[in-house]
Amino acid sequence: MKKDQLIIANKKFSSRLIVGTGKYKTMSECAKAIKYSGAEIVTVAVRRVNISDKKKPLLMDYIDPKKITYLPNTAGCFTSEEALRTLRLAREIGGWKLVKLEVLGDKKTLFPDMVETLKSTEVLTKEGFKVMVYCTDDPLMAKKLEDVGASAIMPLAAPIGSGLGIQNKTNIKIIRKQTKLPLIIDAGLGQASDATIAMELGCDGVLVNTAIAKAKDPFQMALAFKNSVIAGRQSYVSGRIAKSLFGQPSSPEEGII
Amino acid sequence: MKKNNKIKIKLNGKSSTIDKNISLKKYINTIKIPIKKVAIELNHQIVDKNRLNKIKLKNKDTIEIVHFIGGG
Repeated sequence: MKKDQLIIANKKFSSRLIVGTGKYKTMSECAKAIKYSGAEIVTVAVRRVNISDKKKPLLMDYIDPKKITYLPNTAGCFTSEEALRTLRLAREIGGWKLVKLEVLGDKKTLFPDMVETLKSTEVLTKEGFKVMVYCTDDPLMAKKLEDVGASAIMPLAAPIGSGLGIQNKTNIKIIRKQTKLPLIIDAGLGQASDATIAMELGCDGVLVNTAIAKAKDPFQMALAFKNSVIAGRQSYVSGRIAKSLFGQPSSPEEGII
Repeated sequence: MKKNNKIKIKLNGKSSTIDKNISLKKYINTIKIPIKKVAIELNHQIVDKNRLNKIKLKNKDTIEIVHFIGGG
């Protein structure tokens, strides 16, 4: 079997599962869940250093950025300006160029503001960033993001943290057909089988945070997602059988007694 | 007269009074922030971390220091 790797902006990864590092009870729980998930990329947020409590544990002390690729995000940004400022700062922390852009448009649904997202993708790409873009599952917007230089298209399955699973398989399939860019389902998955479905639709990977972090047993769920992504990918590349309305016997009809 | 030796700055949204003529590098070292793990903005401009010792803090300067935390 050929080595099947996920390639984003010329970087190769063996795991197709990207995990978020938010919502865990502790940093050590987060680090352990990442281990179970087998993820090689994790998303991280950029926030003010806590000046009054410097004893608070640092993410970098638990997750080594030399071993795991940090993917800085712009979570909580509602304008292009805020997102650009956040990612420029993220780059400054230590040379991060591979970033996840997320410009939100509505506090209730957390749907992305695609006008601001498109604008930001263009600016960031010109500044040399490799931008993985959180977006709606609209094939036209996905195409526009590709045209302005996105490094990966990351449509939502459902609203962030909702756990609803993939709501529009048709759109995801259309985006898959139209782009050669890495296609990664980001947000809205609830259980391991949701990830398998994403992979069977032909996605290159999935990004999961809440479904693992908030599961009763995050370690077991991390492992379940790891396995489900592998299973979905293997199923997709194996080429499924055609669907048939009627039954097809599995045993030969010849020689029946 | 003692007052003249001090300046007022804002760090991560909080006001603070510090000595005059202090460099940004010295100030960050004083408050024990690991420079390698953060990014610094001075008056909304990103500061090149190699130039921190060349920058003298002025009255009413606004500093933002950020780092990575858990996020999805």
